[in-house]
Amino acid sequence: MRKHLLSIDDVTADDIGALFETAAEMHDVQRREVKKLPALRGRTVINLFFEDSTRTRSSFEIAGKWLSADVINLSAKGSSTSKGESLRDTLLTVTAMGIDGLVMRHSASGAAHQVAGWLDIPVINAGDGMHEHPTQALLDAYTLTRHLGSVEGKHVAIVGDLTHSRVFRSNIKALAKLGARVTVVAPPTLMPSGVGPWSAEAGYATSYDLDAVLPTADAVMMLRVQKERMSGGYFPTAREYTVGYGLTRSRLAMLKPGTPILHPGPMNRGLEISPDAADAASSLILDQVSAGVAVRMAVLYHLLAGEESLA
Amino acid sequence: MSEATTAPDRPDEGRVVLDEADIARALTRISHEIIEHNKGAEGLVLLGLHTRGVPLAKRIAVRIAEVEGTPVPTGSLDVTMYRDDLRTHPTRAPHRTELPASGIDGRTVVLVDDVLYSGRTIRAALDALSDLGRPAAVRLAVLVDRGHRELPIRADHVGKNLPTARSERVKLRLVETDGVDEVRITGGEA
Repeated sequence: MRKHLLSIDDVTADDIGALFETAAEMHDVQRREVKKLPALRGRTVINLFFEDSTRTRSSFEIAGKWLSADVINLSAKGSSTSKGESLRDTLLTVTAMGIDGLVMRHSASGAAHQVAGWLDIPVINAGDGMHEHPTQALLDAYTLTRHLGSVEGKHVAIVGDLTHSRVFRSNIKALAKLGARVTVVAPPTLMPSGVGPWSAEAGYATSYDLDAVLPTADAVMMLRVQKERMSGGYFPTAREYTVGYGLTRSRLAMLKPGTPILHPGPMNRGLEISPDAADAASSLILDQVSAGVAVRMAVLYHLLAGEESLA
Repeated sequence: MSEATTAPDRPDEGRVVLDEADIARALTRISHEIIEHNKGAEGLVLLGLHTRGVPLAKRIAVRIAEVEGTPVPTGSLDVTMYRDDLRTHPTRAPHRTELPASGIDGRTVVLVDDVLYSGRTIRAALDALSDLGRPAAVRLAVLVDRGHRELPIRADHVGKNLPTARSERVKLRLVETDGVDEVRITGGEA
């Protein structure tokens, strides 16, 4: 495994296998009375979030704490960046305090890569702009693997706001490494430009027609419509989006029975996903959340617990 | 997971110090000692330490069941995350920790390992156990005690005491994992 986890490109299929194996053990720890392992005792991890987050940040915090690391949360609001300090100075300052690992979310694509070049501690990308969100892709693939046995040869539909989605960009790489067949579905306005040739290379298909894709899907991953990243004009009305690309009650009936439904959250209920789908028996949305802690424990363990020379 | 079992796999290297029959006898004796000390099989749980302690625990459980007529709950314990040398090795994925459904609270837990050497694996196992529950008592059974303890830890049941030099390696192979039952000593001054 490489020193940092900035992108799914940093892990091989074997690394993913080792992470999943570890995550399965961590999943058992979640059910124990004493939810603590001593693997990261004496290590300090900082969660530096320049963008809002509930589940990712708390998930990383819990993961670190269950491994006995000291975890510090810093959000941009109230930090010295709001006083005009540069990103580099902020990071050099906090790492000078003796931090062993950095988990960072930033609204700029590539921020984590940039930061990893400045620091000599492991950096974990918790989402950078519209680029990547590797731990989300790992937990999605882990959830699917646990549910389906394996994702190899399985047909996964990823549906929604692809243009603004780092989850989609990490997921297509992770699913490809694990041998899944992926179709990405979006309205033409939310399909990233140049995705055509790009998709042939990465081995996945694109479609504008959700109804045509659903009947052959072995799993459906709905993505959030990211209103905060839109300057408007991607679709005429919310209602129109739902009619074309929402996982509505009537579309649920098009799926093979029991097809798992995923959503990275937070959900816009009634927009990209109907309550019928979100709360369906086949919905894995809450499994994704609990898997998130286990997978992040695995990532922290593999990046921070080992040989000093690697860290 | 014992530090003594990580020798490079060269099947015919060194000399055999315990063969199949020796191992079978040692396990039978350990089984009887466990029963005798516990006055039966009541409340026993056998926990094997990865990797080769796990099949050893199962074999001992079979022998105890033969004598006592009741099955003995077994499980496996992985101590990777509890080791004190985590930071001197590349990380590896932990093995499965599986406790019997009855749990370990109030039970007499017998930890089973292949080779007792520095005692550090057992130290880690005791820490792991205390996170999993509160046994009434913890005992330790090992197939081979090769000496060179670095911590105040001793085994309650020992299959064979093998005086060794630190430069030597003691390697257990089992039918379940390696296709053959034997203990070999390799290395050291010839």
